[in-house]
Amino acid sequence: MTRKQRRMTILGVGLACLAVATALVLTALSDKVTFFYSPSDLAADEAGHNARIRLGGMVEEGSVVKEGDGITTAFVITDFVEAVPVRYTGVLPDLFREGQGIIATGSMDGGTFIAEEVLAKHDETYMPPEVADALKAAGKWQMGDQP
Amino acid sequence: MPSFLHSLASPARFQRIANAIMPWAVLLTVGLIGTGVVWGLAFSPPDYQQGDTVRVMYIHVPAAWMAMACYAVMALLSASFLIWKHQLADLAARACAPIGACFTAVALITGSLWGKPTWGTWWVWDARLTSVLILFFLYLGYMALAAAFDDRERGGRAAAILACVGAINLPIIKYSVEWWNTLHQGASVFRMDGPTIDNAMLWPLVLTGIGFNALFVVLLLVRIKSELLARRIEVLQRARAAGRS
Repeated sequence: MTRKQRRMTILGVGLACLAVATALVLTALSDKVTFFYSPSDLAADEAGHNARIRLGGMVEEGSVVKEGDGITTAFVITDFVEAVPVRYTGVLPDLFREGQGIIATGSMDGGTFIAEEVLAKHDETYMPPEVADALKAAGKWQMGDQP
Repeated sequence: MPSFLHSLASPARFQRIANAIMPWAVLLTVGLIGTGVVWGLAFSPPDYQQGDTVRVMYIHVPAAWMAMACYAVMALLSASFLIWKHQLADLAARACAPIGACFTAVALITGSLWGKPTWGTWWVWDARLTSVLILFFLYLGYMALAAAFDDRERGGRAAAILACVGAINLPIIKYSVEWWNTLHQGASVFRMDGPTIDNAMLWPLVLTGIGFNALFVVLLLVRIKSELLARRIEVLQRARAAGRS
């Protein structure tokens, strides 16, 4: 084995070991690396009781109710398996609407999730408004409700 | 192919090839980024959800691609420096680092500017954003380490090892949005079932994307050439000082 080949082998083996180690660490940490829990995770109690967590999912169609004070909103976050009622007092992001993916930070209080912060999640689909309208007109719309 | 790559290690041959590529790379950079930016900012349609905020994409996405591509190039050059001891590979890898750091900074800053109106926050510690921030620190660490030794060769070796180790971050960045729940959306262009961006927006993005690649080539060649000249000046000065004494 020449010295070049030896250096190549050391580098290759070293990086392979490192890759395995990183993969193991990331797998072990996967529920910490995760940015939010889904309603199903919550139902399966993966987040722990009363913990301050982020809850992510779709705003259920027809669930958004503005309360009397004008700044509190009640809605339901769903992953189409489980659903969690949410209450939030504050300014919602522009993209917030029924059918939109959102992430709420807060904790469970009784059966309701009290949110302190609501972020809109943007999906990976980009299109002009005319195309979106055409898709809806043709009945091929698969995304959430329009703004 | 390997013998061609090895022949590039000769500075004289590298200079010849670099000089031949340069005008074309400059032309591509100016033409493609110019066309892509004007098209993207003025003529492409707004998005149905994001409105005009979508136009940040024409800079943010190519910058993020190049942040990763530049690191991949730097890591490959570092590996070949460690294995074959080509001085030019070390020099080129060092030249990559500040360019990549700038692309990463642009991606982070434009992403933040887009995140505020779209998500409602400038920054979150999700897996994608955090792993890209780590990429930025890897570039900075590489530059610091490469310059930290009096002996240039040792600094180059230490930094090259860091560059190879840090390459593990590239697949983490790419797949972070698939492996974990993140606030950042998944891939829109490089995905198995084809792009999910409308063609009217995809075209300007492709133009600026290729233009950013050309820009990287231009910056890299300029940096390597000037570094080679600086080395020559150093050698000549040393020779003159030796002649005087």
